[in-house]
Amino acid sequence: MSPQLAAAFELLPEYLGWHVLLSVSALALGLVISLPLAVAASRSPRLRWPVLALASLIQTIPSLALLALFYPLLLALSAASQALLGQGFSALGFLPSLLALTLYSILPILRNGVTGITGVDPAISQAADGVGMTRRQKLIQVELPLAAPVIMAGVRTAAVWTIGAATLSTPVGQTSLGNYIFAGLQTENWVSVLFGCAAAAVLAMTTDQLLGLVETGLRTRRRGMVLGGLVALLVGAAAALLPLASFGRPAAYVVGAKNFSEQYILAALMADRLQRTGAQVERKENLGSSVAYRALAAGEIDVYVDYTGTLWTSVLGRTDNPGRAAILTQLTAELKKRDGVVVLGSLGFENAYAFAMRADRAKALGVTSLDDLAREARNLTLGTDVEFLSRPEWKAVDAAYNLTFKAERSFQPTFMYRALGSGEADVISAFSSDGRIAADRLVVLSDPRGAIPPYDAVILVSPRRAQDRRLLDALQPLVGAVSVEAMRAANYSVDRDAGKVTPAEAARALALP
Amino acid sequence: MADALIELTGVSKRYGAHAALDSVDLAVSAGQFVALVGGSGSGKTTLLKTVNGLIAPDAGRVSVAGEDVATAEPHLLRRRIGYVFQEVGLFPHLTVAENIAITPRLLGWDASRMAARVAELLELVALPADVAGRAPAALSGGQRQRVGVARALAAEPRLMLMDEPFGALDPVTRDALGADYRALHERLGLTTLMVTHDMAEAVLLADRIVVLAGGRILADGAPAELLASSKDPQVLALLEAPKRQAERLRERLGA
Repeated sequence: MSPQLAAAFELLPEYLGWHVLLSVSALALGLVISLPLAVAASRSPRLRWPVLALASLIQTIPSLALLALFYPLLLALSAASQALLGQGFSALGFLPSLLALTLYSILPILRNGVTGITGVDPAISQAADGVGMTRRQKLIQVELPLAAPVIMAGVRTAAVWTIGAATLSTPVGQTSLGNYIFAGLQTENWVSVLFGCAAAAVLAMTTDQLLGLVETGLRTRRRGMVLGGLVALLVGAAAALLPLASFGRPAAYVVGAKNFSEQYILAALMADRLQRTGAQVERKENLGSSVAYRALAAGEIDVYVDYTGTLWTSVLGRTDNPGRAAILTQLTAELKKRDGVVVLGSLGFENAYAFAMRADRAKALGVTSLDDLAREARNLTLGTDVEFLSRPEWKAVDAAYNLTFKAERSFQPTFMYRALGSGEADVISAFSSDGRIAADRLVVLSDPRGAIPPYDAVILVSPRRAQDRRLLDALQPLVGAVSVEAMRAANYSVDRDAGKVTPAEAARALALP
Repeated sequence: MADALIELTGVSKRYGAHAALDSVDLAVSAGQFVALVGGSGSGKTTLLKTVNGLIAPDAGRVSVAGEDVATAEPHLLRRRIGYVFQEVGLFPHLTVAENIAITPRLLGWDASRMAARVAELLELVALPADVAGRAPAALSGGQRQRVGVARALAAEPRLMLMDEPFGALDPVTRDALGADYRALHERLGLTTLMVTHDMAEAVLLADRIVVLAGGRILADGAPAELLASSKDPQVLALLEAPKRQAERLRERLGA
């Protein structure tokens, strides 16, 4: 077995366990909500239309957006609860995923429930009244049993949707089979991506087949088949959930990471050092850029690496550039004062936004600086990562150099470099610590007007760990210990096409004190 | 009629502009077998359903054994009244025995009493004991309607409401089942109110025929009495039809 495949299998119990727990919970909650709703809607035509329309509307919201929307909503609710009851809750991870997936599972169960109940033969319904059943007895003894196969078909659809959409809960910080896909996409580990897809597909198909067995059993009134299907589902779910009994312990420390290779490597590096002190460590990776800082400030993650320029512009909303040292000093003071967040120190390298071009192209156009670029921009296409164009750094650069491009296109970081290679983009917003700059022999354009703020990589610690000696002592040695060359090499070892290694291996190869 | 089991006073029911029942008065005393006869839209089924509360009248009063149907708990009332209709409406997810025992179960009878009652009823409606465990789908139309009658009789009601009970059966089965039911009516001392559009069936089975048209009672009396006394051409035509049919049958078959 290839080492990549072996590494993927090693993670399976944890990812599958969470995926199953999330899907089962969402489906159960969806059933609890949609069955009574289906009964009510089948009784009242006036209620039926708005209820079904609302459920259909929810279905049209892209699943990723639905998941993303629950995070700020829950954050606000948590803050309100903190203010009113003195007790907040985690707005990241399981809860937003559960709520979004539950909403998603409602429509098929609701729609089939209404169809099943209203589809009961009027003669049988009349007989139920005639023999003296109450409304409740009629529902439980006649309507629900007769509608059961149709309802079960709805549950099947909901189960397949939920299991598929659960892979999207990774970016809001919930471990799932989506971790394979999101991490694999970032590091171009296609084995991991395919493994994640296959695992989710196998899970969905198996569940669908077993629910199908229950449905057929209900339709043909074979009790053994219904029971067999249910027992198999129960045993399967229990087996998948068993590993969580050990993983599910509240971790002593939660290490966060955003969604690119460098972040995975540094998270692995920090987690490794914490584990060596004997602590339990959980990882929340693939967090959105602004989600990560808010999660840290709220204590949902304990530590992660961010960049001074990002914090300076996005968190503090500053547009000036007083210089590298001044920014680090002011940032350390401001974040402590405002959010209680500790800036432990700079790792020793910068990962700045850097406008990069292919060497031959830059030479042909005579471009070496952003001033030169402004002159040629009208004929060039800019390739960026998905968030750059909406970030304050871009506004600062644009204001300083007045860049007007022929076209602007957004890519996942991995594909951004590809686009430069293939000529789909002429210039990209690269990252200065990216190993691909050296490997692809790209030219980084200079910034004579100093519009791009410095991006020293700093370790941030959550307010509730501010006095935690074990954590601080374990991570302190990392300050000033990672050179930009070492980071580039580590990043490249994960990002390169051939002979790539896992982020954990790259972290070990950084060979720190 | 002081000892009426069913009593309707000024009962009306409208569906939009159409009057299904137009101020109907009717009293049925215990032990009678009454046929409600009329064309489609005459209001006969509506009348029947006001008795067990499946349809609530807009005006007037319906009482069963002195109790006002409007104020009675509908499910408790219906457990005391047998109800059989053309589509039968057997519960497809239950066995024949479970179908028959449904009202006793709702009434909370114990298992042994229900089992004994099911066996007794199967014999009463002339079905073999081994159909008890079968699904309704495995039975013929005639057998299904026998189960329907058994289910209606299960909780030992005094009153039976029947809506075209034998309408969907072939003539031979229909004749046999009709005769069997009439015998049961006698043996169990039932009161029966039966809707039919077939005058021959009404004449053969009932003691009393109530003819409805346009939501009103056109004629009411014993079959022979009606034929002798009624002057309404519509009623006479209805009554003459089976007689003429019988005469022609005799001629053609040469009996």
